[in-house]
Amino acid sequence: MLNFVVRRLLAMLPVLLAVSLLTFLIASLLPGDLALVILGDQATPENVAALRRDMGLDQPLWWRYLSWLGQVMQGDLGRSFRTGQTVLQAVAERIPVSLQLMLMAEFIGLLIGVPLAIVCAARAGGAFDRFMTGGAFAMLSMPSFLTAILLIYLFAVELRWLPATGYVPFTEAPLANLRFFVLPALTLALAEWPGIMRVLRSDMIATLQEDYIALAKAKGLKPARILFVHALKPSSLTLVTVTGINIGRLLGGTLIVESIFALPGIGRLLVGAIYTRDLVILQGVVLLVACGFVIVNFIVDMLYAVLDPRIRHGHA
Amino acid sequence: MSAPLLTIENVAVDLPTPRGNLRAVDHVNLSLEGGRTLGIVGESGCGKTMLSRAVLQLLPKKAKLAGRVIFDGQDLVRLDAERLRRLRGRDLAVVFQDPMTSLNPVLTIGTQLMETIQEHLELDAPVAKKRSIELLAAVGIPAPEQRLAQYPHQCSGGMRQRIAIAIALSCEPKLLIADEPTTALDVTIQAQILDLLAREQRRRHMAMIIITHDLGVVAGRADEVAVMYAGRVVERAPTSALFKRMHMPYTEALLAAIPKLDTAPHTPLPAISGRPPDPTRPLKGCSFAPRCRYAAGRCHEAKPELMDAETPGHRYACFHPIRMAEGIGA
Repeated sequence: MLNFVVRRLLAMLPVLLAVSLLTFLIASLLPGDLALVILGDQATPENVAALRRDMGLDQPLWWRYLSWLGQVMQGDLGRSFRTGQTVLQAVAERIPVSLQLMLMAEFIGLLIGVPLAIVCAARAGGAFDRFMTGGAFAMLSMPSFLTAILLIYLFAVELRWLPATGYVPFTEAPLANLRFFVLPALTLALAEWPGIMRVLRSDMIATLQEDYIALAKAKGLKPARILFVHALKPSSLTLVTVTGINIGRLLGGTLIVESIFALPGIGRLLVGAIYTRDLVILQGVVLLVACGFVIVNFIVDMLYAVLDPRIRHGHA
Repeated sequence: MSAPLLTIENVAVDLPTPRGNLRAVDHVNLSLEGGRTLGIVGESGCGKTMLSRAVLQLLPKKAKLAGRVIFDGQDLVRLDAERLRRLRGRDLAVVFQDPMTSLNPVLTIGTQLMETIQEHLELDAPVAKKRSIELLAAVGIPAPEQRLAQYPHQCSGGMRQRIAIAIALSCEPKLLIADEPTTALDVTIQAQILDLLAREQRRRHMAMIIITHDLGVVAGRADEVAVMYAGRVVERAPTSALFKRMHMPYTEALLAAIPKLDTAPHTPLPAISGRPPDPTRPLKGCSFAPRCRYAAGRCHEAKPELMDAETPGHRYACFHPIRMAEGIGA
């Protein structure tokens, strides 16, 4: 097992390196001179040249990459030239919002998707299964801005149960904080559960055809035990992958949902950085989010091993 | 004489397929007394596995089952799901063909053994664990205690089949159905597994159905043999009577297809030519007639019913049974 973890960790290194290179290239190859952006229209060519020299922009690309990478390795991701805030500060300020949104959305999505998938798979082809599969398809094709507006209309405008927009930190007012998060999390979850359900449903249906399920029935086990113990675990590998991808995606913030519900998350930090051409923030945030994604994938790999002993022992 | 433990009455299984209805089992009648062994023999697709699934009530969802399966005084076909569940694993156990797929890959061997015991016998975990260790030892698994924590992929095929047998034996069933229990195993392991089954059967006085395509497997081990072809039982007899004198040309052909040690090298095996009939297009006459070297006009016109031979208990379905003189000198 330890061997497996070490191998996976080592395999992450080249991925992270590639991620950093791509992030750097994207930011560097964007049109427009950074020095010119900072100094504005009124800058003299001498000032621009001086700033370029100060920032190392006159150095060749590979040199700039290596020195940036060196700084990153030491934990210095740079500082916004607009607000003076370091990348780490800016992210640390925003990440709790995106993290909470992601966790709540995934939780609600799994809460809806997993039981539905199991019920549908147990009675595959039945009326309920066909209805839910169709319903899931309809939900899948609904854009999140539409879901958000419908939810706001229903729960905030008509029923007045929940606030439409706003945010307070959990540490200040836990209950109010949760109330602010319900609608955005639900918006995301409503887009997540159809995928979760369809993936798990089809894997479950395949698993239920297996010999060992027939044997479990022949052993006289209770139907619930067959579904939850014998069938769910071997069917959940794809589910874990999909959930991992969802988490990684939501970790980077959700532009639309955070904007509609006025949540100060990573998504809005990124949008802001793009609008103000704050390349340092942009580059740093993209790098951190990409690293987060790689780490989530590493955790998914670990979960694979937990779920399937054959992977743990290097058999499959 | 007491009532048999298992009576299969007029059991027919129909499977809907895109090509039409497939009659997998065609009105089979069989019975088995407690403590005895029945061998069901036939080539792939003859319906022997479907018949065993019909007994277990584990047919595919779409299959239609007609007839009665009386086990221990109850008709399994009409038994409600909950009572059927209590019966399965406890009184009625099964060993499947392929031990590589019949054990759950993500659960430990201990879990898979103990769950059956705990489900039916209401034992607490330590007792169930002790019993599991005894069972693994009984089926010849070394270091049984360590095995409990292992997963199926850490065991060899023969080992896994022993574990599957231990699971089947765990609640002292009255009837064990072994569906081609050795087909997926190495030849060297096959005899060991068959001997293990026979030994445990005698010790526990349980009835057993061995399903196989190999007449050699049932030869020394079954009390009675039923030969199936195209969904029907075409010959059944006490094992000794059958091997002394087989009436049905198909049985003869099956036996002839087994390679023998004393044949000269490079002699081609007398394989049965042709293929079984398309089960979605039933023949008017005897199903074996197109492949049978004794077939005459009548064989293509009418289906022979099972009729009695001279030996008591021996029945066969053939218009032109093999005479002694023509019989193979097997």
